[in-house]
Amino acid sequence: MRQLLTFIRKEFLHVFRDRKTLLMLFGLPIAQIVLFGFALSNEIKNSRIAVVDYSKDATTTRLISRIAASSYFDIQRSLAGAGQLQAAFKKGDIKMAVIFPASFGDNLQHTGKATMQVIADASDPNQATTITNYLSQIVTDYNTELAKDAGQPMQINPETQMLYNPELRGAPNFVPGVMALVLMLVCTMMTSVAIVKEKELGTMEILLVSPFKPVYIIISKLAPNLLISVLNLIVILVLSWLFLDLPVKGSLLLLITCSILFILTSLSIGLLLSINAQTQQAAMMGSLMGMLLPTMLLTGFLFPIENMPLALQILSNLVPSRWYFIIVKRVMLKGLGITAVWREMLILTGMCLLLFTISLRKFKIRLQ
Amino acid sequence: MAPVITTDKLTKRFGQFIAANALTFEVGKGEIFGFLGANGAGKTTAMRMLCGLSTPSSGKATVAGFDVYTQTEKIKQNIGYMSQKFSLYDDLTVAENIRFYAGIYGMSIPAIRTKTNQLLQELQLEKEAKTLVKALPLGWKQKLAFSVAIVHDPDIVFLDEPTGGVDPVTRRQFWDLIYAASDKGVTVFVTTHYMDEAEYCNRVSIMVDGVIAALDSPASLKQQWGANSMEDVFYELARNAKRKAD
Repeated sequence: MRQLLTFIRKEFLHVFRDRKTLLMLFGLPIAQIVLFGFALSNEIKNSRIAVVDYSKDATTTRLISRIAASSYFDIQRSLAGAGQLQAAFKKGDIKMAVIFPASFGDNLQHTGKATMQVIADASDPNQATTITNYLSQIVTDYNTELAKDAGQPMQINPETQMLYNPELRGAPNFVPGVMALVLMLVCTMMTSVAIVKEKELGTMEILLVSPFKPVYIIISKLAPNLLISVLNLIVILVLSWLFLDLPVKGSLLLLITCSILFILTSLSIGLLLSINAQTQQAAMMGSLMGMLLPTMLLTGFLFPIENMPLALQILSNLVPSRWYFIIVKRVMLKGLGITAVWREMLILTGMCLLLFTISLRKFKIRLQ
Repeated sequence: MAPVITTDKLTKRFGQFIAANALTFEVGKGEIFGFLGANGAGKTTAMRMLCGLSTPSSGKATVAGFDVYTQTEKIKQNIGYMSQKFSLYDDLTVAENIRFYAGIYGMSIPAIRTKTNQLLQELQLEKEAKTLVKALPLGWKQKLAFSVAIVHDPDIVFLDEPTGGVDPVTRRQFWDLIYAASDKGVTVFVTTHYMDEAEYCNRVSIMVDGVIAALDSPASLKQQWGANSMEDVFYELARNAKRKAD
């Protein structure tokens, strides 16, 4: 036990003496939160939109000119039919389409109510939400004006439809995404580099020749990284609570438990990488290429998994961060309890145990 | 001289390749035993088997009285090891390195403290106790690495090409440390490329193609081969080697 403590102490010294890395480790989540935070609040100007007007009456013409006058929108063309819309969306020529049905003018005149259709390309959920909100604002203002003119309440209802990503996954989802990304990167990279460093220094040989148990080496290497990751987690949660107005809605204890589970899984991956890598650079590259890309692409926080080709959807099941991402969204954003996430927790536990066992075994084989 | 290392036809095979073939020798207590051979001759394989890092394919061997098949943990308690990379932690101080290596051998805290002070004094590094190892000159690192390899007073210390990259004067000073350890009864098992160092050993074995081609004191070896130096003896033996260096 005392031997283990000696080793753990040494690992902490390594970590705290390396100021540059330490700065990077804590700077990374802060930078991410700030970056994504700005991306969220940033206003979007001159979005290209299309207008299809089947009603062609005075009201629609006035409303269209309002929209055209706004600096937020740039009406690309007035399409004759809705048939061309899909092609325009697919090519990315337009971000939103506004459609006035033929009955629009009649309905408004006779019932005081009319519905216009708004279709937005939600593959970028932040942008889609923002521009539909801008549009709603213009319509609401216009409603007030109409009511004043007519002396009775008038209501134009924008009926919004999100294309490609109807649930708008992604809007406040970047915080869980950043959590998954940062924890995965820090744990995997730090662990693999820490072990490979001993190989490069030649100190690993000495440790193996000493009576110190290999499993202790692993535990000692994991200890400081576990601590740093938990601190990182707290920094992210506090930042998103204070600056992004995203408090943890569910149980903090459950969130932290799940996070530690995910951290341990990531640490095990780092361990596995370190056994195969011979140099620190190789370990670093392995962590970056092997972990950063799948985490970014297959976790679901940048691109909705549902819209991916089947092969990628299946592949994404193997990415631990995908499950962690689901857990964080449910616990942190929706405030759900353990009943909603136990399946994901079970999957993570399984992954963690499997990876740890494999790496422990491989670590021992290497000694033979 | 009671033997502390005995091997009897110790062999290691990797598939068809016989890395170490039927090695038989004894090393006595307090002896400085030079283990020579060209790259790829099987030195490292033999040393790894004796350190309990690699299980032999056949043959027998005991180290410090313990069997290399069944008692590797006991062996590890009783040996020290220094690699050619000097194997210290650059970002730890001199004292921290000593404390760390003493600690992983399970020494008690008072014992570690006494030993740390004693080593710092012997190495005249008291003023440098709180200096990071990366700031030390190579020669000092080397001496420190040797001292931490024997910090737990092992019966045997294995030195794997311990003098690579240092100048002859520093190398000579390093050998003074080895002699001091040997005088205290520590057996020194050393591999080297430098033939002048081979002259410093009590006995020398020369491996060629996985077998021990010669084993005797440097003086007798030179006599047997009618050579002026160990360099010539080694050249005579090694030029017939069939294996390419790896």
